[in-house]
Amino acid sequence: MFREPKKGALLAEAAIIVKGLKKYFGEVHALDGVDIEVPRGTVFGLLGPNGAGKTTMVRILTTLLPPDGGKAEVAGYDVVRDASTLRSVIGLTGQFAAVDEHLTGRENLELVGVLNHLGRGESRKRAVELLDRFDLLEAADRTAKTYSGGMRRRLDLAASLVARPQVLFLDEPTTGLDPRGRMQLWGIIRELVKEETTLLLTTQYLEEADVLSDRIAVIDGGRVIAEGTANELKSQVGGEVIEVVVGDPSQLGVAMAELSGLAAGAAHVDEITRRITVPAGEHGGSVLAEIVRRLDQAGVAFTDLALRRPTLDDVFMTLTGHAAEEVSENGQAADAGGRGRRRRQR
Amino acid sequence: MSATDLEIQQLVIAPHNPVATTISDILAVTRRNLLRYLRVPSLLVFSTIQPVMFVLLFRYVFGNAIQGAPGFRYPYVDYLMPGIFVQTVIFGSTQTGVGLAEDLTKGMVDRFRSLPMARSAVLAGRTLSDTVRNTFVVLLMTIVGYLVGFRIHTSVVPAVSGVVLALSFGLAFSWISAWMGLSVRDVESTQAASFVWIFPLVFASTAFVPLANLPGWLQAWAKVNPVSVTVDSLRGLLEGWPSQTYHLGVSLVWVVGILVVFVPLSVSKYRRSV
Repeated sequence: MFREPKKGALLAEAAIIVKGLKKYFGEVHALDGVDIEVPRGTVFGLLGPNGAGKTTMVRILTTLLPPDGGKAEVAGYDVVRDASTLRSVIGLTGQFAAVDEHLTGRENLELVGVLNHLGRGESRKRAVELLDRFDLLEAADRTAKTYSGGMRRRLDLAASLVARPQVLFLDEPTTGLDPRGRMQLWGIIRELVKEETTLLLTTQYLEEADVLSDRIAVIDGGRVIAEGTANELKSQVGGEVIEVVVGDPSQLGVAMAELSGLAAGAAHVDEITRRITVPAGEHGGSVLAEIVRRLDQAGVAFTDLALRRPTLDDVFMTLTGHAAEEVSENGQAADAGGRGRRRRQR
Repeated sequence: MSATDLEIQQLVIAPHNPVATTISDILAVTRRNLLRYLRVPSLLVFSTIQPVMFVLLFRYVFGNAIQGAPGFRYPYVDYLMPGIFVQTVIFGSTQTGVGLAEDLTKGMVDRFRSLPMARSAVLAGRTLSDTVRNTFVVLLMTIVGYLVGFRIHTSVVPAVSGVVLALSFGLAFSWISAWMGLSVRDVESTQAASFVWIFPLVFASTAFVPLANLPGWLQAWAKVNPVSVTVDSLRGLLEGWPSQTYHLGVSLVWVVGILVVFVPLSVSKYRRSV
């Protein structure tokens, strides 16, 4: 289709350009001046806790929500001015599998094809192609109501691919899936990327952003707080990370005092799991040995001690001072950007 | 973006006539909505049982009391059925808002709004499919009516016009319901809210009880109630009773007036629905 000639002409151009994007819901600054740029044919991960503004961002980029300030272009089209043209070159898979459960898998895809103006014959052909590719051919003529969570997600993803979009948006594509369904979806997403579809995906799973994305923006409270490849972000933590799980919760304070002196950055305590995490800097091995010695001296018993490569969890901790999962519980940043989502969830 | 790219883009994206694609979009959405009744037949069964029960209730329980009222000249069942038709289409029209609220909460509206389809198609398709369902139920009510003694006393043309009038009235109410569903945005609330405005319209009218049998203060409302006006024009068209031209005119004004107000209201609500 039209992808062929586009490739050469626009190879250098970015698929998504966002400049100073703002969106307010009353007092809440869901997006507070976001800048990102996603080169064509790459996967961009938008990583952040619940309510960080990820969904608001996707809804603006897919023309569902008008921005309050700034500028956004997808595939060269302005999200406000060229909204109707833009819709024909993008695909969207939202947080909730938007499939009609009273229609069969096949009917769902054919409906999307017809509404994309592919024509009845082409819609039918495309539906079969996608059902086959997403391992849904056997279930093609059953109503989506009978599908498992994973099958619905796959059908939803297939629906967003019917019109061969240049840019695909996946908003938390694996939320609510079991590990097997998640792995399967990751496989499918990796395949997509090989076909040079540009992909923007949001996730609150750090592992997911790590595995799937070329570049990652960490977003918190409506702002991009860091951007880079997974490795670049990890190096911000500063070398390796040491984790200590203390046996007796009353000794957490003592252990914390001992570790703080040795850490290359701020230590973090998770009181429920009795786990202390500290950046170890360049010489992780010798720091580890020193920690063992000091904890021993202080009489702190530990049930686990490890030196490991930093994960994006550690990055998040370093950047924001809180764990990714904690924000929604604190409720502060959770108000930002979550409005659209919550309204739909009612 | 270079010139050639734009050309290629336009060839692929906009090779269609906008009117034809809008109609095709509306029909695709209508078909999708109607398929649901085939997939969940119980939905259709229960939504038709209710009007049948109303026919039996009024024909056999309340009918005799009204039949015996002084000055009532007609067989009650002939008086009743036009009221039942209008009640049926109005009750049916409340499903428009419920269906839209459901599409909103389940993310279907997001999917539709991210597609390059006509912006009006989701609403037009929904009101159209509800009108198709109303047609089915009205025909069924006619059969039930015939079984309990109802007869049409005019000819084919006025009778068919009567049915078309009832269905247009239902279509107009579908658009009110659409606006409500998009405003309330919740399936149960939309359902509950419908009855708040439906009941005074349907029951405080001449649909089931002659105007003379109502208390004076209620007569004032029942006289101007669009349901009364439409039921009375149906009685003219189906039974040949007097004053049909005047009622028919007022009834059509209501249909057009409601559409003129609520189509733009609903469409703008839909565009802004987040």
